[in-house]
Amino acid sequence: MKVEKLVKMANDISNFFDSESDKNIAAIGVKDHITHTWEPRMLKLLLEYAQQDGAELSVLARDAVSRIQAEAK
Amino acid sequence: MYKEKDFGTPASSATQTVNLEIDGFKVTAPAGTSVMRAAASIGIEIPKLCATDSVEPFGSCRLCVVQIEGGRGMPASCTTPVAEGMKVVTQNKKLADVRRGVMELYISDHPLDCLTCSANGDCELQDMAGAVGLREVRYRPITTHLNAVKDESNPYFSFDPSKCIVCSRCVRACEETQGTFALTIDGRGFDSKVSPGQNEAFMDSECVSCGACVQACPTATLMEKSVIDHGQPEHAIVTTCAYCGVGCSFRAEMKGEQVIRMVPNKDGKANHGHSCVKGRFAFGYATHKDRITKPMIRSSIKDAWKEVSWEEAIAYAASELKRIQAKYGKDSIGGITSSRCTNEETYLVQKLIRAGFGNNNVDTCARVCHSPTGYGLKKTFGESSGTQDFDSVMDSDVIMVIGANPTDGHPVFGSMMKKRLRQGAKLIVVDPREIDLVKNSPHVHANHHLKLRPGTNVALINALAYTIVTENLVDEDFVKTRCDVASFEKWRTFIAQEHHSPEASESITGVPAAEVRAAARIYATEKNSAIYYGLGVTEHSQGSTSVIGIANLAMATGNLGRSGVGVNPLRGQNNVQGSCDMGSFPHEFPGYRNVADKATRTLFENAWQVELSGTPGLRIPNMFEAALDGSFMGLYCEGEDIAQSDPDIKHVHAALRAMECVIVQDIFLNETAKFAHVFLPGSSFLEKDGTFTNAERRISPVRKVMKPLAVYADWEVTQMLSNALGYPMNYTHPSEIMDEIASLKPSFTNVSYAKIDEMGSIQWPCNDEAPDGTPIMHTEHFLRDNGKGLFMLTEYVATAEKVTPMFPLILTTGRILSQYNVGAQTRRTDNVAWHSEDRLEIHPHDAEDRGVVTGDWVGIKSRAGETVLRALVSERVQPGVVYTTFHFPESGANVITTDNSDWATNCPEYKVTAVQITKVMHPSAWQQSYADFSEQQLELLETAQQNG
Repeated sequence: MKVEKLVKMANDISNFFDSESDKNIAAIGVKDHITHTWEPRMLKLLLEYAQQDGAELSVLARDAVSRIQAEAK
Repeated sequence: MYKEKDFGTPASSATQTVNLEIDGFKVTAPAGTSVMRAAASIGIEIPKLCATDSVEPFGSCRLCVVQIEGGRGMPASCTTPVAEGMKVVTQNKKLADVRRGVMELYISDHPLDCLTCSANGDCELQDMAGAVGLREVRYRPITTHLNAVKDESNPYFSFDPSKCIVCSRCVRACEETQGTFALTIDGRGFDSKVSPGQNEAFMDSECVSCGACVQACPTATLMEKSVIDHGQPEHAIVTTCAYCGVGCSFRAEMKGEQVIRMVPNKDGKANHGHSCVKGRFAFGYATHKDRITKPMIRSSIKDAWKEVSWEEAIAYAASELKRIQAKYGKDSIGGITSSRCTNEETYLVQKLIRAGFGNNNVDTCARVCHSPTGYGLKKTFGESSGTQDFDSVMDSDVIMVIGANPTDGHPVFGSMMKKRLRQGAKLIVVDPREIDLVKNSPHVHANHHLKLRPGTNVALINALAYTIVTENLVDEDFVKTRCDVASFEKWRTFIAQEHHSPEASESITGVPAAEVRAAARIYATEKNSAIYYGLGVTEHSQGSTSVIGIANLAMATGNLGRSGVGVNPLRGQNNVQGSCDMGSFPHEFPGYRNVADKATRTLFENAWQVELSGTPGLRIPNMFEAALDGSFMGLYCEGEDIAQSDPDIKHVHAALRAMECVIVQDIFLNETAKFAHVFLPGSSFLEKDGTFTNAERRISPVRKVMKPLAVYADWEVTQMLSNALGYPMNYTHPSEIMDEIASLKPSFTNVSYAKIDEMGSIQWPCNDEAPDGTPIMHTEHFLRDNGKGLFMLTEYVATAEKVTPMFPLILTTGRILSQYNVGAQTRRTDNVAWHSEDRLEIHPHDAEDRGVVTGDWVGIKSRAGETVLRALVSERVQPGVVYTTFHFPESGANVITTDNSDWATNCPEYKVTAVQITKVMHPSAWQQSYADFSEQQLELLETAQQNG
């Protein structure tokens, strides 16, 4: 799987939830959407990318990913 | 053979009743009922010819005359409504003399070839001659119509004017039932004759070959060629069409195991006795010579196929799947369920994958069509389905059609919609292209055609919502009592921002602000407004956002929860609603319940006696990605053709080539099967029992009318594979599968084959709360946990697919009436007479810029690839937009579509691809190489069949 595609997917999801003015709610929305629908190997790759670099992730996507990482611990 | 009773005139919908007496018998009938129908209701058959209960009465044949006590003359019973205290006489000498005289005139100009006539045994003229006791014909006319020339132009029916009695039933059926107005009565008096178009052959006229005229014809004038060839059928079985999401009920009229004709069922609640050219006539694919009826295996797609026994094929498939899992891990295989197969078969495939494969790598073709509907409506309303029944449209005052083309894609419902529009309902069309409803359907025109730029749906929907909110058109009571008020207030603030205004969004959508405002006003202020939408909404990078935006509009204006309103996704394939309901998505069990939910998982684990995975599986595009990185190597694909239907097809083909075992279960060697290692012959809808669920949530019976050509129905094949993999399945009939579904899916609790047989069909939810089903949803409360409708914010985000000087045009795609989806079925019928190739529609300005005229070969190049089609210069598309269909694999429409997709569901953005068009002389390199590959695969098949 190409991580660029996963990053684009995460950013696209974030674009939808970004309309929400409360960024905490927005980040939870992104996090829940990803965890409810992404297959583990996709999630793993995204988390690895976020840990190593994460530069191409939007601010909201990065926030959501960090929450997923925190929950995983 | 049992025939449906013809009451002569349509039923009255009045609730008041009238008491009368017919031939001394007391009758009670709804006000407005004809005397003819009232008589028929108590078994008194008044002779008739020009009357039939599918069209309004006409009163021309004079055969149905009666006498009414105290009344003058002999009125026609078909046009005379019942009245309180009326006393009717249907038989006496005077009436008999009149009727005999009428029949004598008819027969004097009719070929008396009854014994060799194709209608022999099914001719109303013959029946009436017997009924009135006609014994001689005294007239010897100098001039007759007996030498009138037959029109054989239509591939499915013939028109023999020598047998025509000019009863106008066909003309009225074309007008009232179909709404095409292709037939007229030309000439006057003796010269009167039925005329397709302007005295043209049927195929040259506007006729859409729906069959309504053939159905209405009382003689052999309009007759199915299959009946002419094979004679009258001897028994009939009611079943459900396997084409689009309307799900028409049909009587398969049979001779032994041969289908003679498919006749639309008058009692069908989705279609009320109407049909389209596909369901009515294009069933020949089911017995086409291309059907593959023996299982085949091979180790490489470069090898010839080898025909093997079912046992060997199943054992090989199972061993390969096990081998792959042992080598690459449990999650390295998956499957795709079919929206063309039954609910029971779909349920079984997803069960096999979850319980037998041990993962959730299951997906379905809804991924590429209505997955955004599932997401958007679940979030806002609490259920992944449309809200209305089809009949609801007859109560609509405003109909908004967004990104759908009902007269082509859902033609029987399209006819119903046209009927309501002819009655005066207002029409708003939101579409980049001028679909027929805009101004090409007789007596129908769009009050507003919002001809937006492809990819700007959300901006337009927001502009409509802005107008509703800022012009105080919100239904505050509905919002306050039925919706989540906090979410509404947040949405109201959001949508009232100036950048959502029609004026601000005009530069994005290309739609004049005044038009948007006018459309929003009528949608919000008329009594009943309904939205119907299709793939023009969902197949975008913001498909789910658009669905949510539509739901917001309906909630804000209170257009939910009663007849005439609602949010209505027009589903593409016959069982796409059903395949989603049955748990075909990788993150949801049947009933749209997330696999991570422990309680749900425990329910299924207990029922299926196996531990289930609680993590989502791969979606179809993710499967392709995983195949290319070597972590997804085996696929069980039932009844889908992903190698033609999915976007960026070169990528799909590469993924299929990368897999070590592709198992295809289908009735033909479709495009996907050309990449397969195991071929398991499928069964057509005529060869099995089961159910389909249509776009209005109607669960309808599919009934076996012939044995499976390859011995087994699809559910039996899945069961064999499951058993071979070590997960036992022991169903003896699909009804047992439905019983299991009902036990696990709360909205199906009361569904059973017995109940379906009793009611004809059932709309889910069907449970203790709604024992007889639910035609209209959300009447009292929404199905979210708190019962309230949720407003969600829908910011417009432009697609990443941009036009540039290199790719200056936008390609959008759609379908055509005569062909269906990837065309695997309809291309193998005479429907190719209407559409034998996909063409590229291009606006005259864009065509002129490129020196292109209709018929030229043009290259269509996108960032993903290039293909070549013939051009059709047309003003249906706007400048800057080109359009094509995708029914033929050689067209390669999906070579050029990209891998952009909906943010929530990964539904591909088929509707927006930036392209350049140039005049060319040769097929594209892809077309040439694919033609070679395809030819090679057909040779490998032929080798197997010769050796087999």
